[in-house]
Amino acid sequence: MTRATVEQVWEWLDAVPDPEIPVISVVDLGIVRDVAWEGDTLTVAVTPTYSGCPATSVISMDIETALRDHGIDKIKLETRISPAWTTDWLSEKGRAKLEEYGIAPPQPAGGPERCPHCGSTAVEKVSQFGSTPCKAHWRCTDCLEPFDYFKCI
Amino acid sequence: MTRDEAFLQFLLRMGDNTLILGHRVSEWCGHAPVLEEDIALANTALDLIGQTQMWLGLAGEVQGEGKSADDLAFLRDVWDFRNVLLVEVPNGDFGRTLMRQFLFDAWHSIMLGRLLKSSDERVAAIAEKASKEVAYHLERSGDTVVGLGDGTEESHKRMQEALDYLWPYVGEMFASDEVDAEMVAAGIAPDPTGLREEYDALVGKVLGEATLTIPDSRFAHKGGRDGRMHTEHLGHLLTEMQWLQRAYPGATW
Repeated sequence: MTRATVEQVWEWLDAVPDPEIPVISVVDLGIVRDVAWEGDTLTVAVTPTYSGCPATSVISMDIETALRDHGIDKIKLETRISPAWTTDWLSEKGRAKLEEYGIAPPQPAGGPERCPHCGSTAVEKVSQFGSTPCKAHWRCTDCLEPFDYFKCI
Repeated sequence: MTRDEAFLQFLLRMGDNTLILGHRVSEWCGHAPVLEEDIALANTALDLIGQTQMWLGLAGEVQGEGKSADDLAFLRDVWDFRNVLLVEVPNGDFGRTLMRQFLFDAWHSIMLGRLLKSSDERVAAIAEKASKEVAYHLERSGDTVVGLGDGTEESHKRMQEALDYLWPYVGEMFASDEVDAEMVAAGIAPDPTGLREEYDALVGKVLGEATLTIPDSRFAHKGGRDGRMHTEHLGHLLTEMQWLQRAYPGATW
């Protein structure tokens, strides 16, 4: 059997959803750092978003399952903590999907640009911590809807 | 003491601080005054436990006896723990919990900042990861201390009481011994005494804004980071935290 190309593997991984935010893939999230063949073993380097994020082990399992479904038997998953994950690694596609889903994407200014529901810029912070470690809790003072903001780190 | 023995002690100190504080903070889960605070406390605890996995994971590696981070967390007894006493004191009310968090976060952020330049790249990598999270912890605990200190008469009174109660536990974070000397010589970690000036400036600024008065005395309770004498509280905490592994050794799920 011929070995899948690295590009093909990246494509497969781009179909693995993040378990907490299923509209974006683990590739969109920027946590897959490297894909390479070492002989007949495929190594995938994964960087956790937050050190205590409970989704990390689920993500590793999902990646492994997806690759096995594509016929790859020998897989080595490597956890890489440095360089530390940063929201700069979120893909443009991922950012757009986040907003569409109702989560304001991270901004260098440290707060959301606009309400992901109505687009108003009249927003205020409720709490620096939200429903998962990577999100903060904000609210729109125009449409009054609360929303998650993906924290910039 | 060999360099590896000192390195192991240093890693246990870092990991036990985050483990014990993480457990203490997790005790609030479902009990905080408002939902947002409950979530914030749970998230902080989660970060700290995540950092513990990295510190104690490396400690197990350096120790070389095949122990995992879980083994070190759940199968050691009180006298083996190397956390400072500050993190093991009971939560008290919400104000005291946040004051303890702030006093720890301020030290933690300064310490991690120095560890970014550690000669050991594994230590530098953990510090890089953890410092991003701790920046959020410090922002929140500092803001809350100001909000409650400079708040109502009742909240101000409680925050001053919390500060008076916790201040004698601050000094231990800046104590130095032969472990620290060895870490300084190896370029792995800074001398904790050298962090005090920056700490006093940071804490003084925030507590000033909070209209709180720092106690005059520099008396410090010690005995946690060298394991010589923990408070009675740590044993009670471990009884709860380690219960499952003690009742059902080796249980997994």
